[in-house]
Amino acid sequence: MRRRYVAVKVESDGEVKKEDLFYAVWNSILKLFGEYGASQTDLRLIEYSPEDGLAVIRCSHKSLPMVKASITCVTRIGRESAALHIQLVSGTLKSLRRKLSERIKKG
Amino acid sequence: MQRSRDAVLKFFIDLHLCPNLEDQKETELMIRKSAELGYKAVGVPLPKKNHSDLAGKISKICGEAGLDFISRIDLEPSNATELLRDLRLLRRKVEIISVKCMSKSVARQAAKDRRVDILSFSPLDVRKRFFDSAEAELASETNASLEIDMAPLLYLQGYRRIRLISKLREEVYIAKKHDVPIIISSGACELKLLRKPEDLASLGYLFGLNPNDAEKALSENPREIIERNRKKLSPNYVAPGIYVIRRGKDCPDG
Repeated sequence: MRRRYVAVKVESDGEVKKEDLFYAVWNSILKLFGEYGASQTDLRLIEYSPEDGLAVIRCSHKSLPMVKASITCVTRIGRESAALHIQLVSGTLKSLRRKLSERIKKG
Repeated sequence: MQRSRDAVLKFFIDLHLCPNLEDQKETELMIRKSAELGYKAVGVPLPKKNHSDLAGKISKICGEAGLDFISRIDLEPSNATELLRDLRLLRRKVEIISVKCMSKSVARQAAKDRRVDILSFSPLDVRKRFFDSAEAELASETNASLEIDMAPLLYLQGYRRIRLISKLREEVYIAKKHDVPIIISSGACELKLLRKPEDLASLGYLFGLNPNDAEKALSENPREIIERNRKKLSPNYVAPGIYVIRRGKDCPDG
């Protein structure tokens, strides 16, 4: 199955835990597309760095538009209001990391 | 891949940024955040009274943030007569005139008046969204655009969001059928409701707007309105197709 890796910037007033972040995205998918839609996403939270506020989410290639819309619709993580901004989408984790580091170097 | 590279080069515009203008700090924060998220221009709705003073202040903030400021007034007339009076008074004073249509008679009048740039409808009461085929036909003749605010899609939940998405799907279908330009705006009144232009475009998937059309609704479509109106508001504009190209000593005698 082809996959897509999505780098997401997390903005929140409070501290964000890994489980809360994943639950917020998952909940948004469930609300927008239901259980049938969610079953097609093959969603995984690959990594999350609370210091940088950067997370990497994996999903199936076909469900990318659904996952992008759901990520955009997140307005709360845990009890705090929050916003998620998609930074990059890539086909492999390796290329995602390379593009992210290039972007950081560029400033 | 090509599409994402093109997106970087695009001139994204948020035509409907709605900060609380009485709170200058919040206004500044929202404008700076818009610049950070990748917008090149923002439209801020001004009040009908005292709009020129506020426009100056906001324009200065936008200039500091590296954004182009677009002056805009959102009219919310209760009847067609009130709409015509407001248009007569305000059309030549701001770059964008948007009409929030709260009744069918206002919606029809706004759609057939060339002075109206944008038609917007209530996000909270879908029964008051009067964008049907008749409305679209009128709007396509006058080149008025349909505006879709994305903030309600973020803060509404459950049944109300379902109804809104369903109505937007119907409106987008009608707008495409009648060639009515669609404009996607944030409609954000707080910092946490601001999203990157590409993220707003991805929400178009919910109501059947493909990524290319969604990006066009955030860049080319608003840009066309702004360029058209700036030409009209320029002192060199005389009538459609007639501009002053030289003045004074440069003019030939003959």
